[in-house]
Amino acid sequence: MQLFPCPFCGLRSEGEFHFAAEAGKTRPVTTRDVNAEEWAAYLFDQKNEKGATREVWTHLPCAEMFIMSRDSVTMEVLGTQTLRKLPA
Amino acid sequence: MTSKYSAFSVLREGLRGQSGWCKAWRSPKPKAAYDVVIIGAGGHGLATAYYLAKNHGITNVAVIEKSWLGGGNTGRNTTVIRSNYYYPASSALYGLSMKLYKNLSKELNYNVMFSQRGMLVLAHSEPEMEMAARNVNAMQLNGADAILMDVADVRKKAPLLNFSKDARFPIHGAVWQGSAGTGRHDAVAWGYARAASALGVDIIQNCEVTEFIKEAGRVCGVETTLGPIRADAVGAAVAGHSSVLAKLAGFKLPITSYALQAFVTEAMKPVMDTVAFSPAYGTYFSQSDKGGLVIGGALDRVPSYGQKGNLPIQEAVLSGLVEMAPVLAKVKLLRHWAGIVDVTPDSSPVIGPSGIDGLYVNCGWGTGGFKAIPAGGYLFAHLLANGTHHEFSRPFDKDRFVTGRLIDEGAASGIAH
Repeated sequence: MQLFPCPFCGLRSEGEFHFAAEAGKTRPVTTRDVNAEEWAAYLFDQKNEKGATREVWTHLPCAEMFIMSRDSVTMEVLGTQTLRKLPA
Repeated sequence: MTSKYSAFSVLREGLRGQSGWCKAWRSPKPKAAYDVVIIGAGGHGLATAYYLAKNHGITNVAVIEKSWLGGGNTGRNTTVIRSNYYYPASSALYGLSMKLYKNLSKELNYNVMFSQRGMLVLAHSEPEMEMAARNVNAMQLNGADAILMDVADVRKKAPLLNFSKDARFPIHGAVWQGSAGTGRHDAVAWGYARAASALGVDIIQNCEVTEFIKEAGRVCGVETTLGPIRADAVGAAVAGHSSVLAKLAGFKLPITSYALQAFVTEAMKPVMDTVAFSPAYGTYFSQSDKGGLVIGGALDRVPSYGQKGNLPIQEAVLSGLVEMAPVLAKVKLLRHWAGIVDVTPDSSPVIGPSGIDGLYVNCGWGTGGFKAIPAGGYLFAHLLANGTHHEFSRPFDKDRFVTGRLIDEGAASGIAH
């Protein structure tokens, strides 16, 4: 069983984690018209990188979402990053 | 030299020490240019080459493979062949595949051991029985064979299963598809390779694509580890690595690659003469002709290109097997493996133009590509030969993600790929 690091709870079993999405996608700004191609690209297209990846994961017990960098071939975890912003 | 397989040739070669067999396929050096280059010598790629030659008379074709022929998902699946889908478009696609599989051994002069031993999809509650009835009705309307079985019928088909009322998920009934079954996965690849090679197709192994040759925005061939190969049309049938080629060529796919695991046990006497799948337990199994149980289940939920599986899914699949058929608890596992499958958002394949002129894709089969090999090859050959879709592949074009006409079999038939 692989252990994934939750930035809030530390090392936990992989079964506690849920892959949410690739990191870095930006939702189209709807203050202007967004065409079907743009929506399709945002909703469906994936980089699906072989090797280093950046993904959004959820640690289900604490319900926090965070970014995990992994290698998709060796499955090595390269780092995590919280999505929380500190209050200004 | 003996090239045709028959009872007579087996007998004759037996009498002369097996000395007269010729190689099943040629292994030529790549030519500088072909009419069509197909990337990926798995089942889909080889079947595409065969149907290009046979149905369309295009024999100046190369199938190039970065590793050995049939060594990807074609050699890593659980060999189940079925067409129990919900939507008419899927039914037409997988129905075509079943039809071609039925005659394949004879057509290829190669025994692919297609055994129509039937398949049970178990229902474990009254609501599941209602959904099963809905699925059976849809399949019958689409012309696929399916019947709804009650628990007594299921017990007759597979007495090995757990019919205890105390089971975690007691069996209420099943969807039965009698024409479904299993095949010999390697033989499908080898049979298509041999038949394609005999028609003049060049199969080139250990030849990896490193770049696409583009002229005026059009793909005109590929740079490979064995040098450049030009082509009028290039087709990619590389399953879990489709996104890697897409990145090289410069287009995007709605695909995520995951590992899918499977297991084989030690051989034993016949205990199971059909395929049983329990969506509730997330496990399915059959018994091979050799006697080993072939067991599969759900995807690992971690995107992956590493051809190895993770432990939580192994535990889920195998504990599901023990609940489905407790008598199997002491059977020992012999082997275990994982293949990298290409999963789309709607659990249906992508067949069509890539978006870059001259380059076409056949991918997105997810966990169910083996059963679709003949149809995938047949339809992809049509596309590569004509540049336009066959009516059966039209609904599976990548443009469905823009138009919204998804074919969501994950939701409709509860099939998780």
